Amino acid sequence: MSQNDLHYVRTEMALPQPAPLRERGPVAWIRKNLFANPFDSVLTIIGMLIVAMILPPLIDWALIQAQWTGTDRTFCATVAQGGIQPEGWSGACWAFVNAKFGQFMVGRYPFDERWRVILVAIMFVALLVPLLMPRVPYKGLNAVLFLLVFPVVAGILLIGGVLGLSHVETPLWGGLLVTLTLSYVGIVVSLPLGILLALGRRSKMPVVKMLSVIFIETVRGVPLITVLFMASVMLPLFLPAGVSFDKFLRALIGVSLFASAYMAEVVRGGLQAIPKGQYEGADSLGLSYWQKTGLIVLPQALKLVIPGIVNTFIGLFKDTSLVYIISMFDLLGVVRQNFSDPAWASPQTPSSGLVFAALIFWMFCFGMSRYSIYMEHRLDTGHKR
Amino acid sequence: MAIENAVSADEIKVDRAKMHISDTDVAIDIVGMHKWYGEFNVLKDINLRVMRGERIVICGPSGSGKSTMIRCINRLEEHQKGKIIVDGKELTNDLKKIDEVRREVGMVFQHFNLFPHLTILENCTLAPIWVRKTPKKQAEEQAMHFLRRVKIPEQANKYPGQLSGGQQQRVAIARSLCMNPRIMLFDEPTSALDPEMIKEVLETMVGLAEEGMTMLCVTHEMGFARKVANRVIFMDQGQIVEENTPSEFFDHPRHERTKLFLSQILH
Ligand SMILES: Nc1ncnc2c1ncn2[C@@H]1O[C@H](COP(=O)(O)OP(=O)(O)OP(=O)(O)O)[C@@H](O)[C@H]1O
Ligand SMILES: [Mg+2]
Repeated sequence: MSQNDLHYVRTEMALPQPAPLRERGPVAWIRKNLFANPFDSVLTIIGMLIVAMILPPLIDWALIQAQWTGTDRTFCATVAQGGIQPEGWSGACWAFVNAKFGQFMVGRYPFDERWRVILVAIMFVALLVPLLMPRVPYKGLNAVLFLLVFPVVAGILLIGGVLGLSHVETPLWGGLLVTLTLSYVGIVVSLPLGILLALGRRSKMPVVKMLSVIFIETVRGVPLITVLFMASVMLPLFLPAGVSFDKFLRALIGVSLFASAYMAEVVRGGLQAIPKGQYEGADSLGLSYWQKTGLIVLPQALKLVIPGIVNTFIGLFKDTSLVYIISMFDLLGVVRQNFSDPAWASPQTPSSGLVFAALIFWMFCFGMSRYSIYMEHRLDTGHKR
Repeated sequence: MAIENAVSADEIKVDRAKMHISDTDVAIDIVGMHKWYGEFNVLKDINLRVMRGERIVICGPSGSGKSTMIRCINRLEEHQKGKIIVDGKELTNDLKKIDEVRREVGMVFQHFNLFPHLTILENCTLAPIWVRKTPKKQAEEQAMHFLRRVKIPEQANKYPGQLSGGQQQRVAIARSLCMNPRIMLFDEPTSALDPEMIKEVLETMVGLAEEGMTMLCVTHEMGFARKVANRVIFMDQGQIVEENTPSEFFDHPRHERTKLFLSQILH
């Protein structure tokens, strides 16, 4: 071959060509994602079999056979069980959920006062949604309203006893109202308190450090049930006679402190991941400790541990069910309480109620999870390279 | 070395005659300073006086304590014996004094230490806004001024992670300059960079030197030292072993240790 024979050098640029058919379209997608190799294929087939086994009966039970309306248990029981359904019937009793919906939402909150709960719920949504949407302006004002003004207004509305509102005792509260109140307070208190505890644990001041460690390790070392139980049974023993503490308030404090200890450790993990250079960069510019912490360290640390924080939130949200130990009833508690209602007791009521409760819990937890993933992507400034 | 092509000798107009040396012109005064890490005596009896407008290059073998010494000057490290007086303020445990000194002393690190969650512009305006209480608008204008000076104004709205190493280091220099420091400390600002980027960063530093900034620079860029420095300081085993003008230092090193070091670094 002569030295000038450059036939392999392009004289003009190649035009982009359409991808080969096998790379595109649903068939290619299925091949690539489900049947890439024999092992994948086996897994896919097993997975499909499992879905095929579970899904049809579930749809049949929840949608096709389900009893949607009715006024009492006869609608959800077979003839042999004293109802109207044919022998061998098995379907969800949504009539039960329908009839008890109000109770599931607010417990025994007086019927005539329920507008107060609805008003609080509307305020909650109206303040939370814009706060979560990054594009809406006035974040500072919004946060102040949501974190400082809203709790006070909501407290006045829900508890009453002032401004001509009748007093509604907290033992009457229940259902989703209790779940959300506990979670809201737990989350709003535990995040800042957890951050302070995490900072305290990393502090160079021995007393601050020791107090933080003792708090975190003590609270984390005991089960939440014990904390709640102690808050309701033991605490009054230490208080002088006559001084009584609202039971629900005690649960709120217990849950918040408990979540704070967990949160502190999650945040500490994030703090430890921040390189020393970031502290030195901030120091060399003359930033004070709180400026350095608030402007440089925490924004980065918290971003790193968003999954852990949301994990703690979700755990907290579901743990609120444990307030049954102090005979308060959250969503799950109220649902379970209603199983024994003679007007509705039937073989289908427990499963229907539990599926409904599970669906509500799942909606909130899934929402939190998706939102955290969205925030993680949004806050990613590509510094991981 | 890369600097040889980067900076031609006539670019540097060091007017030594302009430097009036009197006691009020002392920028940094280090007297009998010792530092220990546990039992290990890292810095031993350091004595160094830096005048305003002086440019000092510090070199020496790895582990000789160069970083530690320069970091003592803005109290990123604490010294245990002796005195460090920066801009007339002695560094003690007084946090207020430390913050005052840090405001007047800029520092550029080997690994930039930019804040990855803030844009370039925010990196540059953060300290002026929070520490100097400069109005945001004014801080931004000033930041843009310094970003133009380090020749990357078009990157202002990007994040540090989207910039090359050399660009990041120039941002770091601009960030320090935004505080209008009277003294700049550089700790191996180019040793994490590729040759081409070294050139752009050194050009920026040369520009600063021409404007009369007081500079302390740990570097092994001997071309830079030769052309910009008033004095070169050689450290070994935690001590200042030799101190001289660049030409004397490079051409007639006195100390055996210096000769060995120079022969290794200049081949
Ligand atoms: N935090 C620390 N704890 C204990 N020893 C340390 C610490 N930091 C540095 N040293 C030691 O102090 C000595 C001086 O370190 P220093 O970083 O100042 O060296 P250097 O001259 O900057 O070296 P290089 O050129 O590699 O950057 C080294 O022997 C090092 O091992
Ligand atoms: Mg060093």
